Amino acid sequence: MAAEALILHKPSSNTPVIALAGNPNVGKSTVFNALTGMNQHTGNWPGKTVACAEGYCKTQEGGYVLVDLPGTYSLFAHSAEEEIARNFICFGESDAVIAVCDASCMERNLNLVLQIIESGARVVVCVNLMDEAKRRGILPDLELLSHRLGVPVVGTVAKKKPTLSHLSAVLWEEIHTPPKKFALKIPYPNAIERAIAIPEAVLEGCYTGHLEPRWLALRLLDRDESLTRKIESYLGDTFLKNPDLCRALDQAWRILDECGIDRDALQDLLSAATVSYAEELCKGVIDRKAAQWNQRDRRLDKILTGKWTAYPIMLLLLAFVFWLTVSFSNIPSAYLSNAGFWLLERLSSFLYAIGTPPWLEGALVDGALRVLVWVISVMLPPMAIFFPLFTILEDAGYLPRIAYNLDRPFQRCNACGKQALTMCMGFGCNAAGVVGCRIIDSPRERLLAILTNSFVPCNGRFPALIALLTMFFIGSKGGALGSLTAALLLTLLILLGILATLAVTKLLSVTLLRGEASAFTLELPSYRRPQIAKVLVRSLLDRTLYVLGRAVAVAAPAGLVIWILDNVTVHDATLLTHCASFLDPFAHVLGLDGVILLAFILALPANEIVLPLILMTYLANGTLTELPSLVATRELLIANGWTWATAVCVLLFFLFHWPCSTTILTVKKETGSLKWAALAALIPTALGILLCILFTATVRCF
Amino acid sequence: MTVQPKMLCEMEVGDRAFVYALLNEKNLRRRLQDLGMIEDTAIECIGQSPGGGLRAYLIRGAVIAVRDEDARQVLITPQAREE
Repeated sequence: MAAEALILHKPSSNTPVIALAGNPNVGKSTVFNALTGMNQHTGNWPGKTVACAEGYCKTQEGGYVLVDLPGTYSLFAHSAEEEIARNFICFGESDAVIAVCDASCMERNLNLVLQIIESGARVVVCVNLMDEAKRRGILPDLELLSHRLGVPVVGTVAKKKPTLSHLSAVLWEEIHTPPKKFALKIPYPNAIERAIAIPEAVLEGCYTGHLEPRWLALRLLDRDESLTRKIESYLGDTFLKNPDLCRALDQAWRILDECGIDRDALQDLLSAATVSYAEELCKGVIDRKAAQWNQRDRRLDKILTGKWTAYPIMLLLLAFVFWLTVSFSNIPSAYLSNAGFWLLERLSSFLYAIGTPPWLEGALVDGALRVLVWVISVMLPPMAIFFPLFTILEDAGYLPRIAYNLDRPFQRCNACGKQALTMCMGFGCNAAGVVGCRIIDSPRERLLAILTNSFVPCNGRFPALIALLTMFFIGSKGGALGSLTAALLLTLLILLGILATLAVTKLLSVTLLRGEASAFTLELPSYRRPQIAKVLVRSLLDRTLYVLGRAVAVAAPAGLVIWILDNVTVHDATLLTHCASFLDPFAHVLGLDGVILLAFILALPANEIVLPLILMTYLANGTLTELPSLVATRELLIANGWTWATAVCVLLFFLFHWPCSTTILTVKKETGSLKWAALAALIPTALGILLCILFTATVRCF
Repeated sequence: MTVQPKMLCEMEVGDRAFVYALLNEKNLRRRLQDLGMIEDTAIECIGQSPGGGLRAYLIRGAVIAVRDEDARQVLITPQAREE
């Protein structure tokens, strides 16, 4: 992944730019949203923010541009995210940095804070999640910490606005007072201190920028390549060729050499010194014993990641979420469709009354709008229920536990346990899942996760799966038992998807993407009480409406295309019939029919519209006027030759076919290669075709 | 007093120890250091993943899971080195 250049949108050239930095999962995005009033998606797992986001924050004092950096554990730039954060803090245009910390984990968080201060940036420390810390009996002495660090320290609860206006005020004061003499120095072992002093003295003479000479000297001693390149582009390549500087560095390296400190050892010593210093600074600031133990979390972990309980609970949770989705979406679906079709009828009569030509009325009402009504009535309710439920699990901190529980199978497939996390994100949206794969450090393992992401059905495919399962495998029983069965069947289907994810990952990792599983660390954050009300509003407004909006934008034109295909006659048959019968022979081998395949092809921009397109096409051939209740829809499908076997094939093909065009484009963007984007479409399609053919052949044998 | 250092992955749930040395390859070693794991850091094993192969450790107030395979190169002792 290339470090993306961020172009800032400043209202005026002297608007201050503030960077928001911190460890992963300390609530940076929550702080960002609260300050800017923007709606960055937040979640309780490390790595949520994978790219920089920027927003404008207006306060009583004035406005500033806020940049949300990806969470990092250090500024030593060992990973792409760390490099982005380091470059922005050290070479970006930021006037100050808000270093966000988790109050319950100060010692670890201070490590990064120290590195940022050491670089010479102006820092305001924001100790966030004070409420969680308080609940655990941790009361950091912020005044003492501020005194020791020599920078302002503000305690915040990002959910509570007043604590943030205090942060804004302190920040404003900080950037509008002249910089104090840099005071904080991380003490390094003697040999290193002697070595730094030489280039530091030279730099103090020739370097006038805002970076701290001591820090710059350290990085140059460290021979950090990415940083050297950055310095060259920032200060000009003549800067590093300065003979005095070169001589000083040579001298310093000689000192290190004499003390037996090679480059590797130097980095070890620098890291260790920073960590020890953070530990030192924390003495008296926090009560270490309280910080170490979190009884509620450990109890929950015992159950949610326990040997005998972890997997059953995971399955039950999955089934429970599906059950809620299935049982609560039928009624609003029926209402929406009744209302929609009532409106369409009125519109039809109105258009007729004002003398609109029948072809226009047909194209508009029977084409575009009818598909639209279907998409809304079939898709909106399940989405509006499933997505918030999923977000609550995400908010509470359950997702990293899924990765923890599922690491073993992924390790066996030579992949990264974090792939379970990106897989979970795929449930919401495959395109988002593909972007989320950036949390996986190893490029090979990231590609595995990207290529297999569409094996879990996204929010756009769920509702159709639910509708098909209900129609063909529950019957008209309905009620609690019916929705329970549907939920269980859906869970089985998802398990099939997870199985395929693992199988294909394994297959790829012994063929195309050969390699061993590489090392990784996974942080299990504290459980947090999800902000249910906020989650409901957020996920409904942001995600659901976004996905729906996309579906609607695609549905209306697709409906129009179908209508045109059905009303243009060439050689005694409509274009629709031509297309369908052209696809029919191949579709038949898959246990589908031409119409179904055509719908899948036309729905490339959004999977949400597959089922509505199928219905629409069947309706175009017949003259069914009844409202599309599930029973009526089932009748219609059966009248068009569907059996339970057709339904199974459609379900399989729904689960395994090309991802939507947005996802394919995202893969292209993330991997930077057309080849991987093509594979991301081909692999699931091939699997779907294979499974459908096998299933159909088996059924036809009996 | 000399106690033979053990491997991090030999810790049982509930065990406490101190880091003795990090012998991991560079990238993982750096990451572990960034997470606050240096010599003499107190560490406690607080869980094992249900499928095995992954253990969760409490390090400076944060819970970090590391694969046993990688934890093999982290050596621990029951006592911190004497100053």
